[in-house]
Amino acid sequence: MAKFTGKKAKQLAGFSTASMGDIVFILLFFFMVTTTMRESEVKVRTDVPKASEVAKLDRKDLTVYINIGPPIASEQARYGTDTRIQLNDSFKTIDDIRNFIAAFREGLDEKDRPYMTTALKIDKETKMGVVSDVKEELRRCQALKIMYNALKAE
Amino acid sequence: MARKKKEMPELNGAGMSDISFLLLCFFLMTSSMDQSMGIHRVLPPIPPDDQEIINKVKGHNVLQVLVDGQDRLSVNARIMDLNDLKDEAKEFIKNEANDPTKSSKKEEDIPGVGIVQVSEAVISLQNVRSTSYEAYLRVQNELTKAYSELRDEAALEIFGRKFADLNETQRDAITKIYKQRISESPPKDTRKNKK
Repeated sequence: MAKFTGKKAKQLAGFSTASMGDIVFILLFFFMVTTTMRESEVKVRTDVPKASEVAKLDRKDLTVYINIGPPIASEQARYGTDTRIQLNDSFKTIDDIRNFIAAFREGLDEKDRPYMTTALKIDKETKMGVVSDVKEELRRCQALKIMYNALKAE
Repeated sequence: MARKKKEMPELNGAGMSDISFLLLCFFLMTSSMDQSMGIHRVLPPIPPDDQEIINKVKGHNVLQVLVDGQDRLSVNARIMDLNDLKDEAKEFIKNEANDPTKSSKKEEDIPGVGIVQVSEAVISLQNVRSTSYEAYLRVQNELTKAYSELRDEAALEIFGRKFADLNETQRDAITKIYKQRISESPPKDTRKNKK
């Protein structure tokens, strides 16, 4: 029994932290792969509706985003609470969509242009009047592929 | 002169985790996890200016879906609950009983399948300017669901598999049988003068 009651002070085994870096790296790669860079600051509230029949976007780089909704709280003092259209970083009107789409299309490869998709991120309380106007404008710009952003619902 | 054998100095790896933590934090801050998902649609192109659109579709082939300003749904001038819309649309497109008031069919040669009866149904979706986007998208969703269920049924019947498990040519064939024909006209009370 003497073996177990030795008087030597017990020492905590020091654990190696060498692999911690590896673990963090794996986490890092995970986030790098699964996320996309935030492209622009969102200035309108886009609480998109839920839908069950949603499909993923195939090519994110061929997608142009249009946000429609009421300005977020910090912008309401300046822009009011009416529904606004946001392109890139600023509030725009329907008439600006044409140039916006044209500029985006210019930046694409010739062969990719027919696959350009417009993702419409629209707040669920928006009235269809604005949405229809935007759709009409997109038709005039020949940007016919659209996607209504929605959350996946079961 | 006896030279001492040089040893590689050991690398201290303790700082590495700090650096990668910093990187990790950077990516966490600058990225968004939002997956862009949604309902895909193709808008009809604008016809040339001086050309009247001739309404070629026969009346009984059209299912009129209207969402009004109070987000109420009516189908062929009949008030309907949103939950019944999918089945109504499916029945209208499929028309198994060959009801003459519902969509008619024509025979078409689909590559890979042969001659099949293809429905000529068109769903006309209309709304007014004060319809809420949520109601509109829910209707769009139900109609999409109707089509995808019909495609699933056809895929099971012809190929014995679900639509999502088919290969590309089979999928094309099924899509030809049940082509999504949802026509949208601009809201009735829309401004006309805008160019």
